[in-house]
Amino acid sequence: MIALDDRDRAILRALSDDATQTAGALGRRLGLSQPATWRRIRRLEEAGILAGRRVDLDLAALGFGVTVFLGVKIATRGRASMDDFERAVSAIPEVQSVEHILGLYDYRLRVTARDIADFERVLRRRIMTLPGVASVDANVMLSEERLPGPLG
Amino acid sequence: MSTIMLDDADRRILRHLQADPAATSAELADRASLNAATCWRRLERLREAGVIRGTRAVIDWRAFGWEVEVSLRLTLDKTQPRAFDDFLAAARQVPEVLEIQTFLGQVDVRLGLIARDMAHYKEIYRDRILTLPHITDVEALMHIARLKHDETLPI
Repeated sequence: MIALDDRDRAILRALSDDATQTAGALGRRLGLSQPATWRRIRRLEEAGILAGRRVDLDLAALGFGVTVFLGVKIATRGRASMDDFERAVSAIPEVQSVEHILGLYDYRLRVTARDIADFERVLRRRIMTLPGVASVDANVMLSEERLPGPLG
Repeated sequence: MSTIMLDDADRRILRHLQADPAATSAELADRASLNAATCWRRLERLREAGVIRGTRAVIDWRAFGWEVEVSLRLTLDKTQPRAFDDFLAAARQVPEVLEIQTFLGQVDVRLGLIARDMAHYKEIYRDRILTLPHITDVEALMHIARLKHDETLPI
């Protein structure tokens, strides 16, 4: 693990807000030269801390009016059944994220759909038919905010 | 919320942009079979309309030494009219909270939280989470592995 200083953290903070900034523009704001900023970005990428980019799209404007978090319990926890479930669930386009968790459920899914009727279709035809599903608990998302995290 | 009409070309651009957020406008034009000027104009329009809100760097907190990731599912005391506002305002002040979602369902709020290790998690949980206002119930789910998280939309 690499040691980060305040400037590295400032770079991470700035890029997690806008990843399209050039090293030059970023450097000017932080009082660093373009090459020094570029080297720091490279180092953060090489350490795996800067792990790529994500396009932030307005779901509602694109017609995805409903996001639901599902807690899924699977019936048999054998290695093969978990592999089958994981492969099948990851292939569903409406399933945006899949997390294996410890607690009340086995998996946490984030599902996006056009509306409640569309969500019901995804749930019945695609999720409930997955191999080994024992129970599904759903919570419809009303709002979401993402925070910069402990970079300050 | 903006309501702009998207056509097939817009959708193609967005699909390719989601697949490769670092692609230049010229690369996107090529992949979406559009000429460069058209693609650039459409990207500008999608940004202005707020359909594309930005491009964010993804931070891998585990690579950074934050080993523990927990989902906290909370229910709040809804007899308190300001329960949500008070709770959310206080939760935003906890640096280790990365995500806050509110729900319609058995759960009212989810907090996505990170910690350096289990001892650190215990400390945050006891000192910063349990002290948040109007909580009636908390349930923790520990993340073991993330199998899919591209969060791409089926556009």
